[in-house]
Amino acid sequence: MALLDRTARGLFLVELVKGMALTFSYMFRPRATINYPYERGPISPRFRGEHALRRYPNGEERCIACKLCEAICPALAITIEAEPREDGSRRTTRYDIDMTKCIYCGLCQEACPVDAIVEGPNLEFATETREELFYNKDKLLANGDRWEAQIAANLAADAPYR
Amino acid sequence: MFETLAQLWDQLPLIIRIVASILVIAVPLLIGMAMLTYFERKVMAAMQLRQGPAMVGPFGLLQPFADGLKLLGKETVIPAGANRVVFVAAPMLTFLLALVAWAVIPFGAGLVLADINVGVLYLFAISSLGVYGIIMAGWASNSKYAFLGGLRAAAQMVSYEVSIGLVIITVLLCVGSLNLSKIVEAQKTVWFFIPLFPMFIIFFISALAETNRAPFDLPEGESELSGGFNVEYSSMTFALFFLGEYINMILMSAMTSVLFLGGWLPPLDIAPLNWIPGPLWFIFKICFCLFCFIWVRATLPRYRYDQLMRLGWKVFLPFSLIWVVLTAGVLVYFDLLPN
Amino acid sequence: MVNIAFFVFAAILLASAVRVITAKNPVHSVLFLILAFFSAAALFVLIGAEFVAMILVIVYVGAVAVLFLFVVMMLDINFQELRQGFLRYLPVGLVVGAILIVELGFLAATQLVGPIEAAGSASAIPPASELTNTQAIGHILYTDYVYAFQASGLILLVAMIGAIVLTLRSRKGVRRQQIGQQLDRKRDEVVALRKVPTRGGV
Repeated sequence: MALLDRTARGLFLVELVKGMALTFSYMFRPRATINYPYERGPISPRFRGEHALRRYPNGEERCIACKLCEAICPALAITIEAEPREDGSRRTTRYDIDMTKCIYCGLCQEACPVDAIVEGPNLEFATETREELFYNKDKLLANGDRWEAQIAANLAADAPYR
Repeated sequence: MFETLAQLWDQLPLIIRIVASILVIAVPLLIGMAMLTYFERKVMAAMQLRQGPAMVGPFGLLQPFADGLKLLGKETVIPAGANRVVFVAAPMLTFLLALVAWAVIPFGAGLVLADINVGVLYLFAISSLGVYGIIMAGWASNSKYAFLGGLRAAAQMVSYEVSIGLVIITVLLCVGSLNLSKIVEAQKTVWFFIPLFPMFIIFFISALAETNRAPFDLPEGESELSGGFNVEYSSMTFALFFLGEYINMILMSAMTSVLFLGGWLPPLDIAPLNWIPGPLWFIFKICFCLFCFIWVRATLPRYRYDQLMRLGWKVFLPFSLIWVVLTAGVLVYFDLLPN
Repeated sequence: MVNIAFFVFAAILLASAVRVITAKNPVHSVLFLILAFFSAAALFVLIGAEFVAMILVIVYVGAVAVLFLFVVMMLDINFQELRQGFLRYLPVGLVVGAILIVELGFLAATQLVGPIEAAGSASAIPPASELTNTQAIGHILYTDYVYAFQASGLILLVAMIGAIVLTLRSRKGVRRQQIGQQLDRKRDEVVALRKVPTRGGV
């Protein structure tokens, strides 16, 4: 009987038909992927994307040139030079991040005492030349101005867990 | 209107008429091949819950043309150790043979370029020549992977031709003619896939093996031979292989529809169905077969080589032989032999 | 038109036949042999023997020559060794060639069936309404020559079985895939679920 059963199954290609039916049914299921540039998946508030230097609401830059981020950066991607400004406050004259070195570990934003350097939600900053990835202070501050609203919202959303 | 057009057509020189009718077949065929690559990617994507090409043109419809242009713009690399003449001739041969076979395919009643008496044999001969393109490519590349792919292709295609031949013989027994148009007309009462269903399955599976499609794509075997016989090919030489392979797929689908699915005939000769012109039915049937090709590719993993040979020689060959004898016996016993 | 085609195909046939024996690379020889077969098939089509032409392509080009090519590609041929016996075999070769030429001349002298007349006598592709040459061959093969036909079939069968007998050897100690056994295995017979206590082992 087992032999008969097996022969019949083999002869009528039962397993094959089952498999084919399964793939056919998958044609009508919703897609698992999205049409990326037009549709996007959700991003966590903790997402570590492109760096940005933030400002206070009155326009004053937050960074006080404590160099904690430079010290903690495991990839040695951050270079900071500092001098007192005319009004006597301590500010950076140079704040460079080599984005080709950065490993996006997020330690710089953890180390920052004033929430100045943060990793924003932007992940589309691919460039055509290598030089464009050597960010200077102007670029980072511009990033901060551009993404401030979202960065602030993300920080607020994540605050209860810190 | 039509009569004047027909008269004009008859007045044209023979050469122009021949070239025009070749173009009428070849150009839609090439476009159809391009759309087939798109169709394959979309259907496979749907079965794997992906999106598929969606960027170039509306719904990604222009993707195959973009790919073709990209291939055109690339450099034709000929390996230093390759046999140049054979290396370049192989893809041309593949492409040429794929196109040449279409001369005898009937698209509708009387709509055939060359209505020859031995149409089926011609198709069989051309498809058995297809293996040369692959063997020559594999040998001329002077590369181990390509060579292995070529040898596999030779053994595989020769093996499955045997069962295809026997299947064709079964159909011929029921028709009594080698002419493709007559084969279609013999299916007016019932399409052959109903009385000869096992042969239909064997033919379809052998067609998969004959066109080197999954699950019998051992000559290419991306995961083991890194592309097989066409590893060393690039640019237009590769494109010609690609074209040839896909046109062969369409050809095998056309052959399946002519032999088993009633060619240009509608399923039932009743009012709404026979309003649709024959060639459209034919194209629809070809599309159905092509969908099955893709469906199988999306479902089944690749066969192991010894399993492939076992299936061809130990399963298909005896089974189709028995079925030939059985069909002949039934036809003789019930006096159903044609003429 | 048919004449021109005949001369073109005949020229290709002869040229490729010469190349078969003069080509240095055996793979090229086989490829030229295929071209020769193909031209011969074209000549058959020209004299209206389409069935024979197609069978020639299917059997010789599609199957036999593939195996030739297969073997020639796999062989590691030493060309120096191959050429060594050339002078020794030359007389024999010349004698065989001479006999062939005499025979051909004899045939031409007695029958005088030039290929051109033959080509002119039949149209390249006979109309579908006539008795096709497939049917004609079938009628002759299964009536007048049925014994010869059956005998050749038996000879081929013997050759096939002989080839299998010569190459088949059953070695001991080789484990083969038993597909029937694999398919017969039931889950209940081969899988057992046990509760294993920690550090206790099975």
